[in-house]
Amino acid sequence: MTSHASPAGPSDGGSWTVSLRDRLTRTVPKGQLLPDRQPAYVKSWIYVFGVACLAALIYVVVSGLVLSIGGAAWWHESSVGHFVNSTHLWSVELFFMFMVVHLWGKFFMAAWRGRRALTWITGAVCFIGSIGAAFTGYLSQTNFDSQWISTQAKDGLNSVGIGGTFNVLNTGQMLLWHVMLLPLLVGVLVVLHVILVRRHGVVPPFDAIPPGGTGDVAGSAPVAATAVGTGNGSAAPTNVGQHDDVPVLEPSMLGRSS
Amino acid sequence: MSTRTPIRHEKNSRDTTPDSHLFPTRSYDLVKEFVIALAVVGLLTLLLAAVFSSPDRKALTLANWAQAAPADVVATATAELAGTSTSASYGPPYNSAAEGQKLGPVPMQKLGGIRTPVDSANDLVLTPLRTVAGDAALTAALKDWDAAADDQRTKWASDYSDAIAAAPDGDPAQAAKGEYGPVPALGAKFLALAGTGSLVGLLTTSGTFYTSNGTKPLLLLADGAYLEDQARAEHLGGDQWGMMNETGNYPGQPWMWLYTFWYQVEPFASSDNADALVWGLMAVLTLIFIFIPYIPGLRSLPKYLGVHRLIWRRSS
Repeated sequence: MTSHASPAGPSDGGSWTVSLRDRLTRTVPKGQLLPDRQPAYVKSWIYVFGVACLAALIYVVVSGLVLSIGGAAWWHESSVGHFVNSTHLWSVELFFMFMVVHLWGKFFMAAWRGRRALTWITGAVCFIGSIGAAFTGYLSQTNFDSQWISTQAKDGLNSVGIGGTFNVLNTGQMLLWHVMLLPLLVGVLVVLHVILVRRHGVVPPFDAIPPGGTGDVAGSAPVAATAVGTGNGSAAPTNVGQHDDVPVLEPSMLGRSS
Repeated sequence: MSTRTPIRHEKNSRDTTPDSHLFPTRSYDLVKEFVIALAVVGLLTLLLAAVFSSPDRKALTLANWAQAAPADVVATATAELAGTSTSASYGPPYNSAAEGQKLGPVPMQKLGGIRTPVDSANDLVLTPLRTVAGDAALTAALKDWDAAADDQRTKWASDYSDAIAAAPDGDPAQAAKGEYGPVPALGAKFLALAGTGSLVGLLTTSGTFYTSNGTKPLLLLADGAYLEDQARAEHLGGDQWGMMNETGNYPGQPWMWLYTFWYQVEPFASSDNADALVWGLMAVLTLIFIFIPYIPGLRSLPKYLGVHRLIWRRSS
């Protein structure tokens, strides 16, 4: 079989645009960003929780944006503001609930296998960053909870020498961390995490061997061997985004299951 | 057909996990799944918000404190003057009164430096009192305080603090007679100032029109007993898993259960270095959590736990 030439040919030497396009294509080859087919073993409710996390995160961000429009104290004075705050609170609770289930599910699958360690790490750091974001939210409420939580939390942060820089008693500082810095961190990590998931695909079951394969191809970049753009389950797989350092697939390698 | 060997394969030769793209596939509509998830989560969020709302107990004010617990206000102001309040004897990042907590032999708190300097006696009590004009008794009391030597000031304030603590209900009016210098007058004037509601402004806007920093009023409030009494009544005490709870019957931050858990058990519960020890332990656990993929034994554990059989019923 033949392999396609690299998008950046000799005549494109030195083109930053072509280099960037090539890099992006290698990161998530065409057809892998939004594939309409998944491995047949992706057949459990546990897989829903990753998407549920993203959905809840959208409501967290949207409700937070609406609260930002009204200002830090709006939700104390307005019934509409209080309701928006309630949606913010409950979307956060749902977000964490989904994320914890997602996380345990990935742990029990050892989803870091097959060179997916960075996928796990971005998810884990995202979880920790989300805890920080939620925590600063409690500190920014400007109510009794904020007073109590901040005066208690200061001791932990001060004990390890970071309380002077990250001052939980400084409401303005905590509000900015809550609405800007930590959401930015979580947002970037979520994007990276999703890209890595799409790049490597869903981790196969333990000891699973693909039909006709040896199974010993850990760590390969995605080959994008799924059927592209059909979704009807009948199209033959198409090789796209092939690279010299990954296996080249033939349609005969890929069985079909309903 | 032909299969090329991946270049990067040798970097992780013991991991024989196959490429997921080599397996049989089936139709899967990611966008549809996401839209359905968005709709379900949206409905759940609106439903929970409509039914349960969200807690919003008003912040305590210093005027509330003065009205509800006047004796505590006077006792706290006296402790600030004596240098025995929590903030006055805290150490970094507020002052150098103590070295602070250590993590083993490492003085972590001290290493952080005094990044948020707070002189409790002056910043929390005397400076606000000096802004009051037209009160001859207060002016005289401040003049006496300023004229006294440090040792004398400390003795006056410490003796008065002890007398208040020994008085019935901690009532300053029933404190034993003694030589307390201007401290009783300063305490009474401070209570009056707190009662007017202007004290919080004097603590936060010194030197600036705008303020968003509550460090000083929060330190003052936390130095008293009133805030903690109110919190304990809401089951928010440190030994009541308070860090992860919030007022009312709301879930709070259950994701902080592990951090809060350590404060409930020995040796952390009774350690003077509890915060540093818990933070140190959580830092280690967090690193383990992040780097599970690289930890031999732990990274293989899921395979032997067998829970994966509930996920991949047909495949494993």
